[in-house]
Amino acid sequence: MAQPIIVFDHVVKEFKDREAGKGGKSTRAVDDVTLTINQGDIFGIIGYSGAGKSTLVRLINALERPTGGTVTVLGTDITKLSEGKLRPIRQKIGMIFQQFNLFSTKTVAQNIAYPLKLDHWRKDYQDRRVAELLDFVGLKEHADKYPSQLSGGQKQRVGIARALATNPQILLADEATSALDPETTSEVLDLLKRVNEQFGITIVLITHQMNVVQQIANRVAVMSAGRVVERGDVYDVFAAPHEPVTKRFIATALRGLPDEERVDHMRRDNAGRIVSVIIRQQDVARDGGVIPASGQNISSTIARHPGVRTSMLYGGIDTVSGQGIGAITYEFSGPDAELTAFLDDLGRESDLVDFGTAANPVPYDRALAEQRTQVVAAAGAAAGAATANASTGNLASTEGAAR
Amino acid sequence: MITLAAGTTNWEVLKPILAESVVQTLQMVLTTLLIGGFLGLVLGVILYGTRPGNLFENAIVYRILDFIINIIRPIPFIIFLAAMQPVTIKVVGTSIGTVAAIFPMCVMCTMATSRLVEQNLVTVDPGIIEAARSMGASKLTIVWTVLIPEALAPLILAYAFLFIGVLDMSAMAGYIGGGGLGNFAIAYGYQKFDQGVTWTAVAIMIVLVQVVQGVANAIAKRLLKR
Repeated sequence: MAQPIIVFDHVVKEFKDREAGKGGKSTRAVDDVTLTINQGDIFGIIGYSGAGKSTLVRLINALERPTGGTVTVLGTDITKLSEGKLRPIRQKIGMIFQQFNLFSTKTVAQNIAYPLKLDHWRKDYQDRRVAELLDFVGLKEHADKYPSQLSGGQKQRVGIARALATNPQILLADEATSALDPETTSEVLDLLKRVNEQFGITIVLITHQMNVVQQIANRVAVMSAGRVVERGDVYDVFAAPHEPVTKRFIATALRGLPDEERVDHMRRDNAGRIVSVIIRQQDVARDGGVIPASGQNISSTIARHPGVRTSMLYGGIDTVSGQGIGAITYEFSGPDAELTAFLDDLGRESDLVDFGTAANPVPYDRALAEQRTQVVAAAGAAAGAATANASTGNLASTEGAAR
Repeated sequence: MITLAAGTTNWEVLKPILAESVVQTLQMVLTTLLIGGFLGLVLGVILYGTRPGNLFENAIVYRILDFIINIIRPIPFIIFLAAMQPVTIKVVGTSIGTVAAIFPMCVMCTMATSRLVEQNLVTVDPGIIEAARSMGASKLTIVWTVLIPEALAPLILAYAFLFIGVLDMSAMAGYIGGGGLGNFAIAYGYQKFDQGVTWTAVAIMIVLVQVVQGVANAIAKRLLKR
């Protein structure tokens, strides 16, 4: 079922710095990436600008050539193919762009027909295909308009229609919704989802918006400084992120976790300890172990500790792949001993992000990095030791990165 | 005091000369625009294409072309006309007459055009070229089906601008016996103190320029409406 369609094998891409001249330094945009994208995936690649994700996606249709490693697309190693030999492969890979990149001097219909002309389709076949695509993206009545007469969302629909013209098997979307407002973004994402479901087209989605990944992707890879630092099913990554960069991205999509400024406000306005409880409806398989569900029995834990005063300050729960994920932030106060016992108790069944108190605050990044996540071994003591190692190793690395 | 001699101008004699001059000017200007304009387009595409980061990236070719154009372009045309004489004799067979004037005009026009074309192509959004590449278009296909169509409106205005430049060059062709309106204005107007003749030539040139500029503006406007 899970047939690989794009395989990166130890791929490196370096750019020579132009200003430095000959013998100057080079920048590693993609640094030893090994990644498999399966047929039918909507694969999200997320990262901040400069993380190398745009370069990575351009390696798939050989707009960029790797400095090292191999890229295999649709079973063909494209690493060393000539431009001429790439043509049939590029026709199987559609691409859409942040700035749409429509031909401004061609009408909507002419834009969509362009790849068909390149492929030497007969004129009547071209016309039929263009009409079909215009219908699919809902722009029938705009066929003879020029791109400048369309809205952003309409332009991207034309881009999608153009990218689909030659019946590709892969669609690359480079920040395809980043120039659009939230409502239009949702419309375009819905259209992409239809492209995936109706035609079985594999979509590789580059974005810096986690909510885009949340909305349509089934798998995700997180890029930072040219490397893929984390990958997995979208629910798993959302539910139990390892890396600080991933956690920061997820904090932007799941509003349950307060941002740094809000934490400052909450600490200033409340005397007690500010703690976020992570809500995770489902267990997550990770590193051969299982990260259990979290935040499922908060009320009963609170009831067991009558000495601790509780007030709910902030929160939000959303669904990712149909399962609840989010966080609720509380102010907890009470005698130190009772508070400690309570938090230990609460931490047994839930992941906590402890922001500390106004007098004794925990810096935001560190609080996220130190989020208590307990990995429970799937079976056996050996596996338990292995996961314990994995989790301590992870903690050390995240602490290092937080500074 | 010099008095205007308009009343004594013998238009009977001048009319056929004027007509011939107009023909010579049009011959020089149109031939130059056709040949120099086309070669300049090709050279401009090469210049643009070989720039760092572009389709045919080639630093050596770019630098050589850039250098040659930068050397030739600033030479005043009347000096260039004289300096090119030995080359003109080799190529045309003579250094005197309308055809002999056309050759250096073509060379200079090619240089000027290539720069104008390069500057206009630079304004084309590189993202559009990338999109065409992603569809599997070959580089030459991209030049003819994307690059030039996308820059067409400003290119047409650039050629109208060029027309004026070439007309300016043609006025100096009289210096090497090339004839034309410029020569007519100098020989029968200026040198005979006959301002009526000079201004007749000027008026014809103004009309020519207005017509060309008007047509170019209309075309560019229609293209830009898109």
